[in-house]
Amino acid sequence: MTGAASWSLNEHDFHRLERVLQNFLYVSNARCALLVDRAGQLITTVGEAPEFDTTAFASLAAADFSANDQLAALIGETEFSSLFHQGERASMYLADVAKRLILVVLFDNRTTLGLVRLKVKSTVDELTAIVEELFARTRAEPARPRLESAFADEAEDEIDRLFGGL
Amino acid sequence: MSIINYASREISCKIVYYGPGLGGKTTNLEYIYQKVAPETRGKLISLATETERTLFFDFLPVDLGAIRGFKTRFHLYTVPGQVYYNASRKLILKGVDGVVFVADSQVERMDANIESMANLHENLAEYGLDLKDIPFVIQYNKRDLPNIASIQELEVHLNPYGVPYFEAVSVRGIGVFDTLKAVSKLVIKSLS
Repeated sequence: MTGAASWSLNEHDFHRLERVLQNFLYVSNARCALLVDRAGQLITTVGEAPEFDTTAFASLAAADFSANDQLAALIGETEFSSLFHQGERASMYLADVAKRLILVVLFDNRTTLGLVRLKVKSTVDELTAIVEELFARTRAEPARPRLESAFADEAEDEIDRLFGGL
Repeated sequence: MSIINYASREISCKIVYYGPGLGGKTTNLEYIYQKVAPETRGKLISLATETERTLFFDFLPVDLGAIRGFKTRFHLYTVPGQVYYNASRKLILKGVDGVVFVADSQVERMDANIESMANLHENLAEYGLDLKDIPFVIQYNKRDLPNIASIQELEVHLNPYGVPYFEAVSVRGIGVFDTLKAVSKLVIKSLS
């Protein structure tokens, strides 16, 4: 049985993505940037460590973005490539990355929406190049087991231990 | 679409509870939330209407801990069951790794079960997925009620591929973890 297409991220890709995000924070003065996949899973967080539950945040951000995609389609737009939510103290800006990931930027009055928007644009281009390369590589790889079978055995034991007798 | 992150050594998998409205999908997640150790699970997020019907989804992350050095996590989602929420339902299926179909065993809900199963097929097809190829189990819920269809009848209408099924009374937790164990093992197997 094969699951839905999975993808993996090696250390090299991961550090390239993080470097782009770190550079973005430096030039935009935003507080933190999160990279979330379209299915709602958090890939990485860079900048000030968020005090909220980042797992829940990632799932809601992806849902928010997906719902807005559908709203765009309903009004005849192909997409809303970015979204902005303004708060009293903190605001967030979300931008699509190669239709695979979402860049979420949290910022406050230490910067401006204009600067964030401007810097997001070039950052998205850089992230897109990395992500497209990564997915092209995933597609080119022949199907092969990605985790050793001992992983499955150990995971099954853990599932039994955690969920058994409940 | 599980992600294996070799840099942070994390694996995340997405499991979606699907089925007709008021069938017990949210109840499954609520029971799991109550019973697993607090350090094992995250927050239960529910996007529901004022009458507690699921509007968009419920979400519960469950952590398996480190398996051979990989922090392994399941993200459990429910979809809204009512027919007219199909747009939201489709969104939640994006990147799904495993599906639990929660069927309502009551005789009068048979049509709703069949309709929801057909809808699941259609929505997965839009992502290029087929139920035959992905980890999939069925839960026949509400087995304690008086007016229920027999398992044979439910199997004929809902389980042509003969995937694993579980009888459940989710409000009392019966069958909830058997279902979760089965689907999560299938998902893990699909990764190796």
